[in-house]
Amino acid sequence: MQHAVIFPILVPLITGALLLLPPLQASVNKRRALGGLGLLLLLLSACYGLWQSAGGVQNFYLLGNWPAPFGIVLLQDKVSAIFVLLSTVLACCCWLYSLAGEDERGAYFQPLLQFLLMGIHGAFLTADLFNLFVFFEVLLISSYGLLLHGGGKGRTKAALHYVLLNLLGSALFLLALALLYAMLGSLNMQDMALRISSLAPQQVLIVKAAAGLLLLVFGLKAALLPLHFWLPAAYANASAAVAAMFAVMTKVGVYCVMRVFGSLFGDNAAELAGFGRDLLWIAGLATMLLAAVGVVAAQHLKLLVAYLVLLSAGSLLATLALGHTGAVAAVLYYSLHSTLVAAALFLLADLIAAQRGTVQDRLVAGRPLQQAWPLGVLFVISALAVVGMPPLSGFVAKIWLMQAATDLHSRIALWSVLLFCSLLVLIALTRAGSTLFWRVKAQAVTAQRADAVQFAAVGLLLLASPVLVLFGEPVMQFCVEAATQLQFLPNVRAVGGA
Amino acid sequence: MELVMAIVIGVLTSCGVLLVLRAHTFAVVLGLTMLSYAVNLFIFASGGLTAGKGAVLGVTDIYADPLPQALVLTAIVIGFAMTAFLVILAIRARAELGNDHVDGHSGSRQQQESRF
Repeated sequence: MQHAVIFPILVPLITGALLLLPPLQASVNKRRALGGLGLLLLLLSACYGLWQSAGGVQNFYLLGNWPAPFGIVLLQDKVSAIFVLLSTVLACCCWLYSLAGEDERGAYFQPLLQFLLMGIHGAFLTADLFNLFVFFEVLLISSYGLLLHGGGKGRTKAALHYVLLNLLGSALFLLALALLYAMLGSLNMQDMALRISSLAPQQVLIVKAAAGLLLLVFGLKAALLPLHFWLPAAYANASAAVAAMFAVMTKVGVYCVMRVFGSLFGDNAAELAGFGRDLLWIAGLATMLLAAVGVVAAQHLKLLVAYLVLLSAGSLLATLALGHTGAVAAVLYYSLHSTLVAAALFLLADLIAAQRGTVQDRLVAGRPLQQAWPLGVLFVISALAVVGMPPLSGFVAKIWLMQAATDLHSRIALWSVLLFCSLLVLIALTRAGSTLFWRVKAQAVTAQRADAVQFAAVGLLLLASPVLVLFGEPVMQFCVEAATQLQFLPNVRAVGGA
Repeated sequence: MELVMAIVIGVLTSCGVLLVLRAHTFAVVLGLTMLSYAVNLFIFASGGLTAGKGAVLGVTDIYADPLPQALVLTAIVIGFAMTAFLVILAIRARAELGNDHVDGHSGSRQQQESRF
C-alpha cells in the first residue's frame, strides 16, 4: 500500500471529475450518492493514513519515481495526517448538511467541494514548495466557485474582494518562490532547509526578503491582522455549508506557517533561525484583539461567527510564534477544536436564520423560533465550547495554549489577551443567544422546519467537542508526537526511488 | 541582457501596481495581468539567463536551467485560468451591482470619474 499516501488527493480528483459527466448531471440523487461515496472512500483513506503515520514513520511518495530533491515529493507524517482527517470529517458534515437542498441552489456544488478537498489535501501533503503553490491555486479556484454558490449581490461583492486579494497573494507567492530557487537551487522543503543552514553571507538578505514575502502570503491565507479584510465579508456572505467548509481554510494558512517556517526557518537555520516569529507574535495578538472587538460589534450572527474564526486564527498564529514543540502541539489540538466548533456555529446560524422570518440572523428582537428547544440546546453547547467552559474541548484547548507560554513576558501578553478576548466572546454570545431565543415579538411564522440531516450534521460536528475531551489523553499524546516529528528533518537525498 | 530584463520586469511591476490600486475592476484586471507577466519573467530569470543554449543535458557544455521553464509554464497556465475567471466575475459584478467599482458602490460616482 505504498500508494496510499496519494489517495487523499486522487480520490476527490476522480470523484469530482466523474461528477461532471453528463449521466450524473441529469439526476440529483445520483450526484449526491457519488459525492457521498467519494467522501466515504476519502474518510477511509484518511483514517488509514492516520493509522499508518501513528507508527512514527514519515512516508515519502515520489511522484513519477524521480529521485528526491529533483522530483516532486509528497510527505505524510503525523501533522499532515491529522489535518487531512480534520478536513475530511468537516467535508462529510458539510455534505450531509447540504443534502437538505442547499447543494441544488446553484450548479456544481458537489464537484467543487471535491476539488476543494483535493487542493486542501494536496497543500497538506506536499513537501515541495512549488507544488504547494499549485495546490493553493486548486483550492482557491474551487473556493471562488463555492463562495458564489447560490448567487446574490452580497456574495458577488465579497467574492470580488476575495478573488482580487488572493490573486495578488499568488503573484507574491511566485516572486518568493523564484527568489528562493535562485538562491538555493531547490524547491524541495527538506533540501531547502539543508541549504539554508549553510547559506553564504551575501545570500542571507535575499532569502530573508523571500521569507518575508512567504509570511505575507501565508498571513493572507490565515487572515493575519493587516491582511484579514476579506475574511468577515466572505464568510458571512457564503451559504452555510460553504462557510462551514471554509472554517478549515484559515487553518491551511496556519499549517503552512507551521510546516514551512518550522522546517525552513527552524532552529537549524543558522542566521535565519526563528525568522518572522516576532512579527507573528505581535500581529497574532493584535488579530485576536481586533477579532474580539468584531465579535462584540457584529450585528449579524453569521458575521459574529466569522469574527470567531478570525479570533481562532489569531490565537493559533500567536502561539505558533512561541516556536517550541509544546506550542506547536497546543496549536494542533486547538485547530481541531476550533475548526469543528466554528463550522457547527455557521450551520446553526443558518438554521436559526431560516426560522426567524424577515429579520433573518440579525441580532434584533424577532419572531420566536419554531424549533426553539433543539436549536437553543445546540447553540448553548457550541457557545460553551467556543468560550472555553470546563466540560468541553474549548477549555482543554485554551488551557493548553496558555501553558505553551513558558516565559514571563509571553505569559503576561498571551494570558491577558486570550482571557480578555474569551470574556468579550462570552458577553457577545450571551447577548446574541438571549436576543435570538428570548427577545421575541409577534407569532412564530410557519417556516420550513429544519431537516433531520441538518440536525445530524450540526450534532456530529458538536459531538467532536466532548470526544476530544473524553479521548483527551491519546489525542494530546498524538499532537505532542506530531509536533516533535515536525522538528525532525529527514535527509531527502537518502530517499531514493522505490 | 540582464539590464533589459531587469528594466522590463521593473516597468511591468510598477504599471501593474499602479493599475491594481485603481478603484475600477477593469483597471485592476489589467494591473493583475501585467503583474503576472512581470512575475513570469522573474521566474524565468531565476535560473540565470543563458542565450542560445538548449535545456537538454549532454547536447552542449553550457545549458539553460530547465526547471524555471517548467515552473513558468505552470504559472502561465494557472495565471491565464485565474484571469479568465476574474474577467467573468467582474462582468457579473458589473451586472449585479450596477457599476464597476471594486467596492460595488456608486455613492461618490462623479468624484471618482473626475479623478480618473
